[in-house]
Amino acid sequence: MDNELTNPEIPVPDELQSAVTITSLDRIYNWGRRSSIWPMVFGLACCAIEMICTAASRFDIARFGMEVFRATPRQADLMIVSGTVTKKMAPLIVRLFNQMPEPKYVLAMGACASGGGPFKDGYNVVSGIDKFLPVDVYVPGCPPTPQALLHGLIKLQQKIDNQSIKAVRWYGQQTSEAVPLPVLGPDLLDPRQHALLAQQAGQPNETAEPGEA
Amino acid sequence: MYGTGMLRGMGVTIKHLVDAFVDDLRFLGQRYYNAGSLNARQGTRGRGVFTVQYPEEKLPVPERFRFIPFLLYEANADGSTDHRCTSCGICAKVCPPQCIWIERSSDPETGRPIPTPTRFFIDIDICMNCGYCAEYCPFDAIKMDHDYELASYERIEAHIFDKDRLDKPVEYYAGIRPTEYVDEENARAEEDAKKAARKAAAAKKKSVGADSKAAAA
Amino acid sequence: MAAQEIGAAPSEQTAVADPIVSRFEGALRPDERKGYEGYIVAAEGLPEVATGLRDELGYDYLSSVTGVDYLDGGQLEVVYHAYQTSGGPALNLKVQVDRENPVLPSLVSVYPGADFQEREIFDMYGVRFEGHPNLRRILMWDGFAGHPLRKDWREAYYEEENKPFDSRWPTGDVRRSEAANRFGKNVIYPAGFDFENWTPESDESLYASLNKVGSNGKTLQTDSLVVNMGPQHPSTHGVFRMVVALDGETITDLQPVMGYLHRSHEKIGERNTFLQNMPYTDRLDYLSSMGNNLGYALAVEKLMGVQVPERAEYLRVLMAELTRVSNHMWAIGFLLNDMGAFQTPALYAIRARELILDVFEATAGSRMMCNYMRFGGVARDLPETLRDENTLDFISDLAHNRLPAAIDELDRFLTGNEIVRARCIGVGVLPAEKAIAYSAAGPLLRASGVPYDLRRAEPYSIYDRLDFKVCTRSNGDVYDRYVIRIDEMRESVKICQQALRDMPAKGEIFSRKPQYNVRVPEGESYGRVENPKGELGYYVVSTGKTNPYRYHVRAPSFINLTVLGEMCKGHKVADAVVILGSIDIVLGEVDR
Repeated sequence: MDNELTNPEIPVPDELQSAVTITSLDRIYNWGRRSSIWPMVFGLACCAIEMICTAASRFDIARFGMEVFRATPRQADLMIVSGTVTKKMAPLIVRLFNQMPEPKYVLAMGACASGGGPFKDGYNVVSGIDKFLPVDVYVPGCPPTPQALLHGLIKLQQKIDNQSIKAVRWYGQQTSEAVPLPVLGPDLLDPRQHALLAQQAGQPNETAEPGEA
Repeated sequence: MYGTGMLRGMGVTIKHLVDAFVDDLRFLGQRYYNAGSLNARQGTRGRGVFTVQYPEEKLPVPERFRFIPFLLYEANADGSTDHRCTSCGICAKVCPPQCIWIERSSDPETGRPIPTPTRFFIDIDICMNCGYCAEYCPFDAIKMDHDYELASYERIEAHIFDKDRLDKPVEYYAGIRPTEYVDEENARAEEDAKKAARKAAAAKKKSVGADSKAAAA
Repeated sequence: MAAQEIGAAPSEQTAVADPIVSRFEGALRPDERKGYEGYIVAAEGLPEVATGLRDELGYDYLSSVTGVDYLDGGQLEVVYHAYQTSGGPALNLKVQVDRENPVLPSLVSVYPGADFQEREIFDMYGVRFEGHPNLRRILMWDGFAGHPLRKDWREAYYEEENKPFDSRWPTGDVRRSEAANRFGKNVIYPAGFDFENWTPESDESLYASLNKVGSNGKTLQTDSLVVNMGPQHPSTHGVFRMVVALDGETITDLQPVMGYLHRSHEKIGERNTFLQNMPYTDRLDYLSSMGNNLGYALAVEKLMGVQVPERAEYLRVLMAELTRVSNHMWAIGFLLNDMGAFQTPALYAIRARELILDVFEATAGSRMMCNYMRFGGVARDLPETLRDENTLDFISDLAHNRLPAAIDELDRFLTGNEIVRARCIGVGVLPAEKAIAYSAAGPLLRASGVPYDLRRAEPYSIYDRLDFKVCTRSNGDVYDRYVIRIDEMRESVKICQQALRDMPAKGEIFSRKPQYNVRVPEGESYGRVENPKGELGYYVVSTGKTNPYRYHVRAPSFINLTVLGEMCKGHKVADAVVILGSIDIVLGEVDR
């Protein structure tokens, strides 16, 4: 059996190596999860093209058990945020994330999804999806090449390997909280900033005053 | 006849399937994990399975491939380093998304600028890998890296590259971009030779002038 | 230039020489600003002039409509580019309107293709077009504060009017922009905004605007319902949303909703220097960045008046045509995906595309974001070797053997397939007159039987020397749009072969000293190329500085979508997906 599963702490006699594998529950649990991460079909921008190329024959994401791109968030484990997150799109991305069942992971692919990218200054651009969602792996590059994305996915697998069934949030007593949806107002409104918005949103902006600078 | 189109289409698929096995035989078991056959497989004459077995084998990136910029320094024999960057700021000015920040150092006594940066930052969450900084740098001090394996779990601390992170030796550059390195070195040697020739000519003129002056005296 | 001047008699000379001025006596006058061309039309006379141009002078195709904010003159200007589908240069019309109260007559009744573009101008500049059937915001959402492309509107991360920003050098005080924002995000709210007593706008008005039909006494009772497809939907090729009104399964109305990838390309483009815009153009139609580069380079070169060396011209054409092949490969693969042939054709298409990307990566340095063209040439010559082969051998092997084989294979695989034919023939028919009226471009226009290809109609670069056929088909359905892409790929391969044959072996690739800060003479320029998706135009206004005053992209994907609703009506909801796939949109270009 796959030697990734064997627990190095418990020695198995040589003659039994081919017949017996001793593993821990954590190992087999993580091995199962990390070898069948189903991403969501979710292309945002340029990076989506490289994501599709990663899934195509040359880079073949199926070698990692990730080729099952699901069109619905209900069946997906991984959200690859592949491209610029705009303000108009942000509420929908958060909703999709909320619809994904646990365990779920978010991979920010490319400069835009990580921190705004070259379009960061733009008036309709969110400076990184981590302003709203918990991101597990960041893959820099504009766009990251398919191999760079694969490297990011391997990093994600390593992260899964280090999780323990005892500590993971999705078997705890509390159900995981949904991320509150941002709202499209005169500009993007984040409900988590309710108090700040109520207090400061109407105040004049120093930067918006024409004639200054 | 209805269905012939579909049958012909399936023929294409079957041909691909057969090709994959025939091509495996052609390489006599040397098809994978072998740099020579990787290039043959990935070129225009490649047939059969096209897959690069990343991470065990990696598709080599061409010399001009550009990812995140880095800064060049030359290591001296005594362990000190000479940075090529003179903090002239052209890279920061030409950068389309403005992801480069440079702090120029100045002499603490005279206040004059010193041709070396105190601090140098690149925010790789903004960088668009366009390569303008490398293209327009007059000192060949900033170049585009080939290292694309930069995925991380955290960005706030890790994704603004400072000078320590950006600095790489010239040898590294010569390794990833050999022909460009040679071209630049040749161009610089030529330039130096010209400068030296000019200097020599000027010195000669001066000495001739001095000689004639001396003679006149 | 005040509005009352418009009726003034133009100078004697032009009046005699110019048939357009004499035809529309008093309604328009030549634009005499330095570096500008075309005519300035009085707002109230616009529909009449447009109708006359279309019906009498043959300017039947309205290519681009855009706005410019002349802040100093206190005026907004709307710029129209129309041309004849029989060929020839564009005619440039301008209308000026007061910034404070911008109202103009809509041209949708004359040129239905103006629909989305007028909505975009309304969104970005606040110009109200009277008579527009559905004047709503198109890229931003309803309720967004302000009109972002106005020169006095500032974004949350505003630093300076133009790049380069002073904070980068020599003090170099690094910080993330969000650190300076009081909400820690890229947000800015209008003064006086009361968060507690505010309610968001809903999509009710959008749904109400749809044409819903009841069952009309048919034997089968059907319900009228509204379905949202997208923005997250596997068939929408990105973040695109179609609001579909259905009668049973039949589409009665369809409204595209876009802006989910609106990345403020034009606002950023006006802050950038001319050169800095080049890598941004890569990210418009990210499947054919070489073509985008070429269009932008042509627009700015026109203003600067620089020549391009011979070898660079050939390299440009070679790259542009390889881009066309790779783009059409992708388009066909994913059209089949939309039909339900999940993955297999797309995988074969992507495989051929990967080899083209290898050429781009080795030459320009990046697979997708090539950033290859410069004003007056190209950035780099071809490299010596590519995958242990001589690069020229690699490319010529590609052009002579590999790509033709891949195209033939796709052809064999798909063209005769009965399911493809059943799904495509007679679906989404676009007649020629309608295609022209709706400003459809590229394969969409030519599949309807209009032989309009900019490479022939108004040749740029060296296309006048090359031998190729402008492919057309006659039915204008999805099948023809598929077949025409196969045909065009074959022609592109032929062009590549000719370019490889005729390209000078050695030579300059750049006509001037590389300069990081180019100054561009005053004036306006409209550069357009036949991109794989259709006519890609760049409208650039320069005030003689290093930054463009106005930078607009006439995106073929965006304007081709105007006719989507028309094409889908009467078909089943599953056909909408195929029809959208046959237009071949890229959201980076639709939303910019």
